[in-house]
Amino acid sequence: MALLQISEPGLSTAPHEHRLAVGIDLGTTNSLVATVRNGLSVVLNDEHGRPLLPSVVRYFKDGSVVVGCDALAKLGDDPHNTIVSAKRFMGRGLKDLPDLATLPYHFVDAPGMVQLKTIAGVKSPVEVSADILAVLKQRAVQSLGGELTGAVITVPAYFDDAQRQATKDAAKLAGLHILRLLNEPTAAAIAYGLDNAAEGIYAVYDLGGGTFDISILKLTQGVFEVLATNGDSALGGDDFDRRIFCWLLEQAGLSVLDDHDKALLLTKAKEAKEMLTEHPEVRLTAVLSTGEFIDMTLSEAKFNEMTASLVNKTLVPTRKALRDAGLQASDVKGVVMVGGSTRMPRIQAAVGEYFGQTPLTNLDPDKVVALGAAMQANVLAGNKGGDEWLLLDVVPLSLGLETMGGLVEKVIPRNSTLPLARAQEFTTYKDGQTAMSIHVLQGERELVSDCRSLGRFELRGIPPMVAGAARIRVVFQVDADGLLSVSAREQSSGVEAHIAVKPSYGLSDDEIGRMLKESYEHAQQDVQARQLAELKVDAERLLDATRTALEENGSELLDAAERAAIDGLMASLATALGGLDARAIKRATEALNQGTTEFAGRRMDLSVKRALTGHKLEDIGV
Amino acid sequence: MDFSRDYFEVFGLLPVFGIDAETLNQRYRDLQAEGHPDRYAHADAAEQRRALQWSTRVNEAYQTLKSPFERARYLLERQGINALDPNNTRMPMDFLMRQMAWRESLAEAVAAGDIAALARLEAMTRAEADKAIQGLGELLDVRPDYPAAAEALRQYRFLEKFLVDIDNAYSEIE
Repeated sequence: MALLQISEPGLSTAPHEHRLAVGIDLGTTNSLVATVRNGLSVVLNDEHGRPLLPSVVRYFKDGSVVVGCDALAKLGDDPHNTIVSAKRFMGRGLKDLPDLATLPYHFVDAPGMVQLKTIAGVKSPVEVSADILAVLKQRAVQSLGGELTGAVITVPAYFDDAQRQATKDAAKLAGLHILRLLNEPTAAAIAYGLDNAAEGIYAVYDLGGGTFDISILKLTQGVFEVLATNGDSALGGDDFDRRIFCWLLEQAGLSVLDDHDKALLLTKAKEAKEMLTEHPEVRLTAVLSTGEFIDMTLSEAKFNEMTASLVNKTLVPTRKALRDAGLQASDVKGVVMVGGSTRMPRIQAAVGEYFGQTPLTNLDPDKVVALGAAMQANVLAGNKGGDEWLLLDVVPLSLGLETMGGLVEKVIPRNSTLPLARAQEFTTYKDGQTAMSIHVLQGERELVSDCRSLGRFELRGIPPMVAGAARIRVVFQVDADGLLSVSAREQSSGVEAHIAVKPSYGLSDDEIGRMLKESYEHAQQDVQARQLAELKVDAERLLDATRTALEENGSELLDAAERAAIDGLMASLATALGGLDARAIKRATEALNQGTTEFAGRRMDLSVKRALTGHKLEDIGV
Repeated sequence: MDFSRDYFEVFGLLPVFGIDAETLNQRYRDLQAEGHPDRYAHADAAEQRRALQWSTRVNEAYQTLKSPFERARYLLERQGINALDPNNTRMPMDFLMRQMAWRESLAEAVAAGDIAALARLEAMTRAEADKAIQGLGELLDVRPDYPAAAEALRQYRFLEKFLVDIDNAYSEIE
């Protein structure tokens, strides 16, 4: 007999309440947050009615942080401490950044990912991104009037594992519960596909501020199946700005600029690019800190000429994606344009020419990703029946292991559908070898030095045997977020040496803990109160899920004793939730989690049966 | 899900080479629609783990059954035949000679940067591969002659590898 459950004031435990979920487009240039309200996906504006939050973060000496328009407006005043386009640095080392010369920051090379030295201390790009996410979260909480159940955050489809992990860490740091990392072109396809009730093959051409993605999708009966994706995670509108910037320097005969002037001219270059979307030519004027006056005119024709190679650079991945999908340009029924940079007339013309059709631009290219992400968040949070559509996405880059001679053995080919696991067996090279080094890589090239190193780990404790006798089984698992985990096991001897790695580029849980603590201190928040609140949200979520599951299948799948056991665990958790003891809540949550494992298994089996209902084992011969 | 069930059972199909592609695709969508991790994003950790395993298994089964090469290999494996046993590399002489001639044509096309020649080579290889698939169906479903099917599969593997090389050649030329 379950105890009566009494909810804490203000916390509703109604099983079918609308859960607050948001979609966040964490962009290189601008970021947005959207939600589904009354069945409609809408972008949430700030208090001044602005939908876009410039992805600009300014740090001050006292540790305070300003994000967005206000930081952008003062960009020229404080270029070292005002970070723009931090997304370009996510999961990237110093050697990965080709354009260091035009950037005003003081980089610190750190293992795995660069960091930036600011007046408020050294900041990881993950922390900068977390500061942007925190503002969007705050905006959503205020606008929706309650704590968020979770968020879907979008990433470029061509982001590798390091960049995805960094994004997930940023969300964690900002206190967001991630429902899913979603690929930006796929998010855009949802927004378009569901609006237009489309079926067939679609291409999504997504040119953002700093990244380019091309995805080829097949839409069938509400299933969005990504067939292939390709791109360049270091190509975007910023590069067009830099072409103008370099042209300016050349025309004005300037060579050395201070950081203030660099930031000023880059801003002018960006404005000029945007003006050229509407005008055949644009005038650029600026006063440098040396007192020098710049006054130049840039025509659209000249701009197109200096950026032609960038436009072509997007068509190479486009061809590759089509080829991987086994399709021709003429098979594509519609081309969706995403990202502010696709406003450039030359881009639209080039894409239209390649696919032989006018690209679709009826949704705002700046908002479409956030709108799609919000729709997916709404479904993942459990607000809809959940069977209206399904996304089947792919891993963008092949995953492999280093073998003898510095070569990469591919274990998972690019464009494999998620989630997936693949096992590979290896053996020892020398007699009596007791350890083995495993080096995980991502990329398409054959040489280790040409691929991205995701991490190394050592498998120790292999029983000494003759060379070739040990059997080491390495398993790659890629989850629905596109994130990889690797484990290895020696199996011939019965001795198990098992290790799971968190790749080296990611932040360790300790580091995240430290950053969280620091950010709490800055905000002078009570860490414990925060933890308690988070534990409560988790516990509520679990209770809610269990209640729904019991309602659906409790009577058919559980006998009376099993049901009573689960009811008892739920009652204990509900009681713990009424108190303020964080550890008791955690314990009760874990107990309920454990106690429902078997039930979860049976529910899954039932689902399988249901999926195949009506399908008899029939002969489908030739 | 019962993880001991074989891939054909997962999809409710009879274990034959000649499966209907549309039925396979439809059932794949149905199975994923039911058990994909996205369906369990708001569920507890145990259910999420289950969904991950289940969906992974369905993808694995689908990838195997979708590809004629993998499907044939899997069918032979069920008969206890390792078609790709590295100790068994016997190949008819005329097949090997033809392979060498094709590889030369590929190298020439790449050296000349000749996309049209590459496209011709690709079309020819695809036609050959289609013929090989028909042959596999005959050997696996109709006769059946498993050792002969294993040899046909080894030949088919050459064609698949060659198609991958043609694919890479396109990238090289561009």
